[in-house]
Amino acid sequence: MGILRKPVSVIAAGILACWVVQEFATPWINPYHLQILNTIGIAAVMAVSLNLITGHTGQFSLGHAGFMALGAYASAAFTVHLNPDALGLVPILPDWAWRPLFFVTALAAGGATAALAGLIVGIPTLRLKGDYLAIATLGLGEIIRVIVLNLEFVGGARGFTGIPESSNFFWIFSALLVLTVLMARGVYSLKGLAFLAVREDEVAARSVGINTTRYKVLAFVLGSFWAGVGGGLFAHLNTYLHTNSFGFLKSVEYVVMVVLGGLGSITGSLVAAALLTLLPELLRIASEWRMIFYALLLVVMMILWPRGLMGQRELRWIRRVKP
Amino acid sequence: MSEFLQQTVNGLAWGSIYALIALGYTMVYGVLRLINFAHGDVYMIGAMTGYYAGNLITRGLPAGAAFPVVLACSMAVCGVLGFLIERAAYRPLRNAPRINSLITAIGVSLLLEFGGQLLFGADPKVFPPLIPEQPLFEIGGAVIGRIQAVIFAVALVLMAVLRFIVVKTRLGKAMRAVSFSHVASQLVGVPLDTVVSFTFVLGSMLAGAGGVLVGIANPKVEPLMGIMPGLKAFVAAVLGGIGNIPGALAGGLLMGLSETYVVGYVSSTYRDALAFVLLILILLVRPGGLFGKSVSDKV
Repeated sequence: MGILRKPVSVIAAGILACWVVQEFATPWINPYHLQILNTIGIAAVMAVSLNLITGHTGQFSLGHAGFMALGAYASAAFTVHLNPDALGLVPILPDWAWRPLFFVTALAAGGATAALAGLIVGIPTLRLKGDYLAIATLGLGEIIRVIVLNLEFVGGARGFTGIPESSNFFWIFSALLVLTVLMARGVYSLKGLAFLAVREDEVAARSVGINTTRYKVLAFVLGSFWAGVGGGLFAHLNTYLHTNSFGFLKSVEYVVMVVLGGLGSITGSLVAAALLTLLPELLRIASEWRMIFYALLLVVMMILWPRGLMGQRELRWIRRVKP
Repeated sequence: MSEFLQQTVNGLAWGSIYALIALGYTMVYGVLRLINFAHGDVYMIGAMTGYYAGNLITRGLPAGAAFPVVLACSMAVCGVLGFLIERAAYRPLRNAPRINSLITAIGVSLLLEFGGQLLFGADPKVFPPLIPEQPLFEIGGAVIGRIQAVIFAVALVLMAVLRFIVVKTRLGKAMRAVSFSHVASQLVGVPLDTVVSFTFVLGSMLAGAGGVLVGIANPKVEPLMGIMPGLKAFVAAVLGGIGNIPGALAGGLLMGLSETYVVGYVSSTYRDALAFVLLILILLVRPGGLFGKSVSDKV
């Protein structure tokens, strides 16, 4: 049993299921609920990808929203400025084939941009101890914000409008599925143990021959890539982007999801992403207390319940494959 | 040329405020190896206390006496706050993994920011004019105002006092011992908890003083004002070599100067990004900071 045995068929079946839901169920779902569902999906993509960096590899990143912003702007710029209409080209493929292909390419472009930024920041900072990464990623978010505000072709300070609404339930949850399966496959494989070893004890990991910097950078680049994909999904869901949506607090929200779910538990990230997206919706009346609640939750949880909801456990279907 | 000198004077004034905040970061990092994210918000509380103290307590006092009283109030409130933060949030996690303490620090920081918004209101407040601005003297075309003179004087005196405490007193010696090794200092009878509390109180008092100095120089105070200066002061501490007290001073001045030059000669829109570009550059070239030394892990 377990989704890790047959990843290809699990992904194929899952994507098909997402498509069926998108085609036949979403027209009947209340648009407000659908919106929340989609937001949960994007939050889950962000939380699971951050969990690879912070949970499994033990590197503290405070710039996940910055990478999301990069992915969002890059993929939106791709669909707005490089689509066949804008370039004056006529696609050879029929409409139903090139549109999804084009969107996947846009998402990949967003992910690749974020991954590249992750590589550039990661290599100098990951040679050092974790604290520096936190502050450097935080700074990166700020640098990205300032650069985007000065870029006219993505709207500058006015925000980026006119992004096509390509993203929907199908795309978001298919991406989440692919990410989850790949992540579980990767982290709970024999090679994936290296990530956990880096988290547990860097010196010991190095002394058994693990290139710790390489694994830290790898985790960071992969996590950033998926943050970029999450950003692309977000951009094409909202059709409008402004740098204010990707501030420091957004990064903190993702960190809270990972910590509340349990550092190093994929299931935990999924559950926490759903909980922490639903909670503000339920607490709408007390909106000014929301951040205070967050802050208290962080402090109290770290003191009384440092392992989060799931600790490092997973649900049975995501558990390690016995060799 | 005179414009350049004026920018330099302004930059040094900003830089000495950054240096005051950076000292708190560097001392706490020195003894606990913890980035105290809440430090920038302690500085905000210092400015806020200055605002209330300036308006309420000192109304009857003559102009010259108001400023020292306000400064003392802010430093006292921040000292107590620093003590409470360490006691309530960081001490229970002393032996927990680093990531847990870091997250707690962020939690405390958010609590102060949003608690501050509820308590003080989110709108900016105008700091009472404690020091009437007036040009004092001129060097080569650059004017040094009374406010800037006060900033330099207060920053210099506080740093001299700090240096005296760290170098000459028993507690300072204990602080240096703790930052060298927790275990070894406890073995020779250094009271770890007292020293850590003392470090937080000292650092928070400096941040409180920084808050009041910012208040008189730039009279808009609000609950989220600590985020950016706090981060930049931390970057300043890293620039100088974290855990290194003269390094924090140099890093703060460097940060203030380079920021003022960027605003003056390039564009104010790049101001907030500069600190982090500097940070990433310094991590690439000299990861230990300007005055720090890189230490490799030992088993």
